[in-house]
Amino acid sequence: MTQSADIAVSSVTLRYGSGEKTVLALDGLSLDVKPNEFAVIVGPSGCGKSSLLYLIAGLEDRTGGAITVGGQSVDGPGPDRGMVFQSYTLFPWLTVAQNVAYGPRRRGLGEDERNRLVRHYLAEVGLAGFADHYPAQLSGGMKQRVAIARALANDPAVLLMDEPFGALDSQTRHAMQRLLLRVWDHSQKTVLFVTHDIEEAILLADRVFVMSGRPGQIRKVLSVDFPRPRLGDIVLDPAFIAMKREIMGLLRADEEGED
Amino acid sequence: MAFVPYRPIPVALAISLGAAVWALVLVGWMWLTYGGRVPEMFLPAPGKVLMTAGRLIADGSLMMHTAASAQVVLVGFVISSIVAVPLGLYMGTYKAVQAALDPLVNFIRYLPVTSFVPLFILWIGIGIEQRVSVIIFGTFFQQLVMIADAARSVPRDLVNAAYTLGTKRSTTVRHIVFPASLPAVLDILRVTVGWAWTYLVVAELVAAKSGLGYISLKAMRGFQVDIIFLAIAMIGILGLITDQGFRLLRRFVAPWAV
Repeated sequence: MTQSADIAVSSVTLRYGSGEKTVLALDGLSLDVKPNEFAVIVGPSGCGKSSLLYLIAGLEDRTGGAITVGGQSVDGPGPDRGMVFQSYTLFPWLTVAQNVAYGPRRRGLGEDERNRLVRHYLAEVGLAGFADHYPAQLSGGMKQRVAIARALANDPAVLLMDEPFGALDSQTRHAMQRLLLRVWDHSQKTVLFVTHDIEEAILLADRVFVMSGRPGQIRKVLSVDFPRPRLGDIVLDPAFIAMKREIMGLLRADEEGED
Repeated sequence: MAFVPYRPIPVALAISLGAAVWALVLVGWMWLTYGGRVPEMFLPAPGKVLMTAGRLIADGSLMMHTAASAQVVLVGFVISSIVAVPLGLYMGTYKAVQAALDPLVNFIRYLPVTSFVPLFILWIGIGIEQRVSVIIFGTFFQQLVMIADAARSVPRDLVNAAYTLGTKRSTTVRHIVFPASLPAVLDILRVTVGWAWTYLVVAELVAAKSGLGYISLKAMRGFQVDIIFLAIAMIGILGLITDQGFRLLRRFVAPWAV
């Protein structure tokens, strides 16, 4: 299995457009994620948190600054950085099993090894019985579980997650958060997770990066020290609520600063 | 019940509705002909058309002309599609290919095919090549534009997901764009094969010695309206068969897209 890697983002700038209409989406943003860490970026919509993830994935080109993953400078997309998207991105023409096997297949793994990976990761996300279904036959939550299995089956060094549960109802979302923590505990991958849901951020993270918008910068980094596994009741814990309040305050101050 | 917007209706009702409209057309036709309301010279009775059909089937000429027409459509359509599908996919995927082809294609696309028939006769003569050329000219540019549109509408994040799983940019069309647009491509082929049949008649009316368009033209000179009806009906039936064929093909090669 690939060693999980660190992510180093230093003084990254992202500018859209040119001339007078130019928009500064990220302005000299820096952050570091340690190997095996579960890091969450929380910020208001439009703050550039998704753009940052796309830059780390190499799906967009940064205007300035440096990004390295496992010491390697990011220059275009690659299978070392797995990603789960907010929209459903399973390949509709492939079955669930074929979707999970897609990355290993591109790497040239043999059929036996691919089948082993498919069985392992589908069991991991609780979808062993759905191997031969097509994505169109799955619910939203199931699609995202397959997407997680597909990303992990490719054995990336880091896993980037762009509001993967944003489109799900709250009950499914809570189930998915627990599932993700369990899968992460088993895989020990570095995870960088983007959300605008403060509770989700605290529940999942080792560290929360609070972002401010326009142009996007890291406003504060908070260590979350609640013991794992973090069970449902924890959201009622006074320390949890205090942290939630602090982050809400940071985000609100940002909104007011804009007026 | 049957008139709630978008609500599905029972299969039996759907079939009987379709049959009822056909019956209505037939009854109207009989009312006009057997009732003596239209001279037979202009509108033959259904029985007359059936009898003519029997005669032309018996002497083998209906099959011969139908086969000649089908061959022209098939050859023209296949050649056009073989080039248009990959080129269209690349056109929809790569902005450079689009920028290069768009201005020319959109110019040619609006030219009436009929205006090129005299040119093709001058250049190619009046053999089967000329008719095939008309079919290709009529379908290719339409296919190209529609397939490029289908390729362009592949969700960006589907391609992004493929990159993060190790897909190389150079194989994106093969691994992602082609399978993702396959159902749309098959629908486009199904629609454009219908257009190919319409251009066929244009080609055969002007220069041909066989085919359904040719016998129609010959029948017009002899006031044999029953044969014209027969030729039209044959084209309709063949169109129906190709249409169903493409529906079956789509269900077979793209079972995941319902």
